Amino acid sequence: MQNVSLAIVLAPLIGAIIAGLFNVSRRVAHSVTIGAVGFSFFLSLYVFYQIVVAGSEPFNETLYTWLVAGGVKLEIGFMVDSLTALMMVVVTFVSWMVHIYTIGYMHDDPGYQRFFSYINLFTFSMLMLVMSNNFVQLFFGWEAVGLVSYLLIGFWFNRESAIYANLKAFLVNRVGDFGFALGIAAVLMTFNSLNYTEVFELAQNGQYQETISIFSGTEWSMMTVICILLFIGAMGKSAQFPLHVWLPDSMEGPTPISALIHAATMVTAGIFMVARMSPLFELSQTALSFVLVIGAITAFFMGILGLVQNDIKRVVAYSTLSQLGYMTVALGASAYAAGIFHMMTHAFFKALLFLGAGSVIIAMHHEQDMRKMGGLKKYLPITYWTTLIGSLALIGFPGFAGFFSKDAIIEAAHHASEIRGGWETTFAYYAVLLGVFITALYTFRMFFLTFHGKERMDEHTREHLHESPWVVTGPLIALAIPSVLIGMFTITPLLFGHYFDGAIFVIHNPFDPEHYHGVLSFIGHGFLQPPVWLAAAGFGTAYFLYMKRPELPGVIADRTKLIYKILLDKYGFDRFNDWFFAGGARGIGSLMWRIGDVKLIDGLVNGTAKLVGWFSGNLRQLQTGYLYHYAFAMILGLAVLLGVFVLYGSTF
Amino acid sequence: MPELHEFLILGAVLFCLSIAGIFLNRKNLLILLMCIELMLLSVNMNFIAFSYFNADIAGQIFVFFILTVAAAESAIGLAILVVLFRNKNTINVDELNTLKG
Amino acid sequence: MTDLSLLSLLIWLPIFGGIWVLAVGDNQGSTVRPIALLVSLLTFLLSLPLYFDFDTTTAAMQFTEKMSWIPAFGIDYHLGVDGISMPLIILTTFTTVLVVLAAWEVIQYKPAQYLAAFLIMEGLMVGVFSALDAILFYVLWEAMLIPMFLLIGIWGGPRRVYATIKFFLYTFLGSVFMLVSLLYLYSQADSFAILDYHKLAIPMTAQIFIFLAFLIAFAVKVPMWPVHTWLPDAHVEAPTGGSVILAAIMLKMGGYGFLRFSLPITPDASRELDWLIIGLSLIAIIYISFVALVQQDMKKLIAYSSISHMGFATLGFFISFMIYKNTGSMDGGVMAIEGGIVQMISHGFISGALFLCVGVLYDRLHSREIGDYGGVANTMPRFAMFAVLFAMANSGLPATSGFVGEFLVILASFQANFWIAFGAATIMILGAAYTLWMIKRVIYGAVGNDKVASLTDINGRETLILTTLAIVVLLFGIWPAPLLEVMQATVQNLVEHILVSKIPM
Repeated sequence: MQNVSLAIVLAPLIGAIIAGLFNVSRRVAHSVTIGAVGFSFFLSLYVFYQIVVAGSEPFNETLYTWLVAGGVKLEIGFMVDSLTALMMVVVTFVSWMVHIYTIGYMHDDPGYQRFFSYINLFTFSMLMLVMSNNFVQLFFGWEAVGLVSYLLIGFWFNRESAIYANLKAFLVNRVGDFGFALGIAAVLMTFNSLNYTEVFELAQNGQYQETISIFSGTEWSMMTVICILLFIGAMGKSAQFPLHVWLPDSMEGPTPISALIHAATMVTAGIFMVARMSPLFELSQTALSFVLVIGAITAFFMGILGLVQNDIKRVVAYSTLSQLGYMTVALGASAYAAGIFHMMTHAFFKALLFLGAGSVIIAMHHEQDMRKMGGLKKYLPITYWTTLIGSLALIGFPGFAGFFSKDAIIEAAHHASEIRGGWETTFAYYAVLLGVFITALYTFRMFFLTFHGKERMDEHTREHLHESPWVVTGPLIALAIPSVLIGMFTITPLLFGHYFDGAIFVIHNPFDPEHYHGVLSFIGHGFLQPPVWLAAAGFGTAYFLYMKRPELPGVIADRTKLIYKILLDKYGFDRFNDWFFAGGARGIGSLMWRIGDVKLIDGLVNGTAKLVGWFSGNLRQLQTGYLYHYAFAMILGLAVLLGVFVLYGSTF
Repeated sequence: MPELHEFLILGAVLFCLSIAGIFLNRKNLLILLMCIELMLLSVNMNFIAFSYFNADIAGQIFVFFILTVAAAESAIGLAILVVLFRNKNTINVDELNTLKG
Repeated sequence: MTDLSLLSLLIWLPIFGGIWVLAVGDNQGSTVRPIALLVSLLTFLLSLPLYFDFDTTTAAMQFTEKMSWIPAFGIDYHLGVDGISMPLIILTTFTTVLVVLAAWEVIQYKPAQYLAAFLIMEGLMVGVFSALDAILFYVLWEAMLIPMFLLIGIWGGPRRVYATIKFFLYTFLGSVFMLVSLLYLYSQADSFAILDYHKLAIPMTAQIFIFLAFLIAFAVKVPMWPVHTWLPDAHVEAPTGGSVILAAIMLKMGGYGFLRFSLPITPDASRELDWLIIGLSLIAIIYISFVALVQQDMKKLIAYSSISHMGFATLGFFISFMIYKNTGSMDGGVMAIEGGIVQMISHGFISGALFLCVGVLYDRLHSREIGDYGGVANTMPRFAMFAVLFAMANSGLPATSGFVGEFLVILASFQANFWIAFGAATIMILGAAYTLWMIKRVIYGAVGNDKVASLTDINGRETLILTTLAIVVLLFGIWPAPLLEVMQATVQNLVEHILVSKIPM
């Protein structure tokens, strides 16, 4: 098992090295990398089979000792349980599809080999992250995916917007990692270990120092501090409010990356991490409430922003933000399984939507503005149908994958508001509920603007419109299948079965198997709940606004100028961050340098030198250069000394 | 035979003469050198006087040392003086102030 | 060859090699370069047994040699290494090889003297790290300044005279205080052996004075805020090799001094005044990071980044008292000091690599201004890869050596106080901000001007140097255990030592 795990992880790394460092041809580059990820995928399936179906024990072993310092042993090792196995399969599958898709998407790009090397490296990092059995390696993978994300957003490094976006992404993520690193430090301080198993065991047994004094006098619950710090890391990586600002900008990267990294896998690392840490989070209600509120804000307010975007990829990006908010709400409601479930279904249908958008972008010759699209249905039939499937899955059309996971989350939020009470749970419940309407609205706004209605592109583009090659459509189809089916086949074991036993720890499970009577009854039950009708209303509104009365949206935007402007401005976060953090830091730096270093310290240093110089400059006037003056001075000195000795000689 | 103090007075007079020479002379470097020699001689005078009256031969040995050193010194001094004159075309003390700060 | 003479060999081989190079002369450029390379390579290879034959189980000095030097005052030629100094010696011999290589065709003006200066300096630096006699240490410590002074003063940039004098006076001022302390200690212990000072009981007031004197000496060298302003100037004016040695090794002498002198000789004063060092370290980390952010000169930026990173080392060294007070366990202190040492070593590689990267650009365009570049990745893709790698290492990315030290110090300082860890961890954001912003403006973007468009990618020699550094940086990031194992016993012993009061009863 250890060798298998190692092979899964190392195959993409080797692929990345071959494609990146050796001057290989395009053909070799994509063959090697795709082969490597495919290899990892099938081995992951094997592992999944072993763990889940054949029922072997979760695998947990140390690979090597990273270092020993001060009595703490930090190790690199793998832990493969049901949660990990699920993640491995999802990651390698989506990654594999994206690899194949890339052949078509990056066909003409001069950085072809580099691109394949990066995405292979990404797969390696992501696998390291999910398969880790300790916090150090988790942090490794955590930062490594951040690095690859940085490299890929800035893949087209000649574009000013791309290198602005990648710097921003890295720094915002670093803010999260800053909290995460402190969280790890807190874990180490509390449990004196960074191994999952040991930490969770101690946490469950309550063998730890309960409080920490942060501001003198006030005692904080240690667990709350740990969980909030760790969650700050998740906020960075999973783009939760207010650290969400990097994700929309990250769309500057090539589309396959948006699908793989900024929708399906990397951004869900935070969700995965919190689920993995469920034994800790369960111990702090405060932290869970914090998670819940952040998730709800993200889910609702980021969804609204999707309504005013015109860039097709940005709509999907805001949708991703909003869906990540849903997952976070699930975590905050102690429904970790639902969060992971939604993460999995989302990985498939959001990757599908991104790749579909990418296919549209290829056909449109890298035009991303939806106002210049329309009526693409007849030119891109495969893209059209697969995107439709993705959209339906996203809005939670009954029976599609997203329906089950989203319903489960709303249910969990409802459950939390009943059990736990408090304003935050109620708020979260209504946020995710109304979010459904918004989701349907922006999704179909995008869908209608792109595929239906008047053809608004220029003549030249229209003439060249044709369906993308099979390397693009193949992955679309391959992703469309799970987007429909995965939900109904996995909901029973994931939410109501014992799939996550031992991997996720919950005190009050919101999903009671007693009230669950199979998939069909779950769907039927769904029709009695508001979400389905809200989604239908969203769809209807979109149809009315963008199909029936296409002139209306403009009118509405004019009537509500202020709100529209705020939305276009993304609530002003970017402007505030640029002004306050980026500008402020430069201002402080400048001030400190010019005043502190140059004026004060160097002023003092140079001032001392000047003082000495001035003093000696005056003193040198005594030196006339005439011999007789010197001789006179000597005699004078002699006389004075003699005088002193004669007068006071006895006292010496 | 004169007394010790008479010798010492002679030495002091010689010494003061040489000092006055150094101070008052503003014209000629050569005179400066001579004054220095004179100063050394006044010291020698004291040495010999003490040596004789204390019956200690060491004083006279010192005189030999001083004479040798003085000879060497004036030789070098004169050599420097010649070079100086060649370079500056003057040995006027008032004009030799290159050491001025 | 016996163990007895290994350290001496490491000191004298490069010094005599340097004299040999000098004797061959500047006209024989093509002869002196291979000679210098040979000597430095040989020294490096000879330093490897230090690691492989090192006994990791003991904290005692190893490879010791002792000869009477000035018997009248009991001054000995006394050498030895422990887990703290051994890695630094290997760092020195390793870096010198790279520096000699980096000078290959770049230095055309008096190449023999240039290389000789480095070789002689190498010997002196190894001597500083291995000296166990206070006077020997002091002599070598000061002697080391001379080659550096010449390097900056002769091969430096336009303001080299200002920079050298500033450098020299700053460091010299500091060392004088150290000399006074050493003489006081001699008068008390009647010995110049550093290890005797460790055992010497000293009253509190005296300890505080000694501590402050040492602090001035080492703080200048590290450098700590507010005596850091010589470093940016020196770096900017120094030739590439000089900057590398300065950043990679000379700064480490300050840190080494804290570990060898301040902490063990005056543990009580260190405990009493630890807030001072912690405060200065945090200022270095945060304040200097902000200053680095606005630099327009690449070398200055990296110089400021060095100060900031060295702040981590000093923080790690002096946080152990608070951790002990807070947790009652020595483990955190050991982790902090080990983190500090790892940070020093790793910073040696990374800052050296970054200075070499700037050197590569400077050799081509003769400018260090960030504004003169832009879009270098277009014309120098291979170079861009290395630059981004080292920039990431500088921002403390895991799997590079830059992460290990920072992470350990953050982990440990959390045990002392939440806010100290909080302040220290800001380097994760700020470090990434200034480094990557520079990368964005220099490496990425569209080709900035015609000069950048005409750049040629790094040649084989430059690739070799950068690859070597890249491998080391990654190796220590992926598997730092061997490095920590070496220092484990020594640091453990040090922490046990400093937690016991030395005030006479």
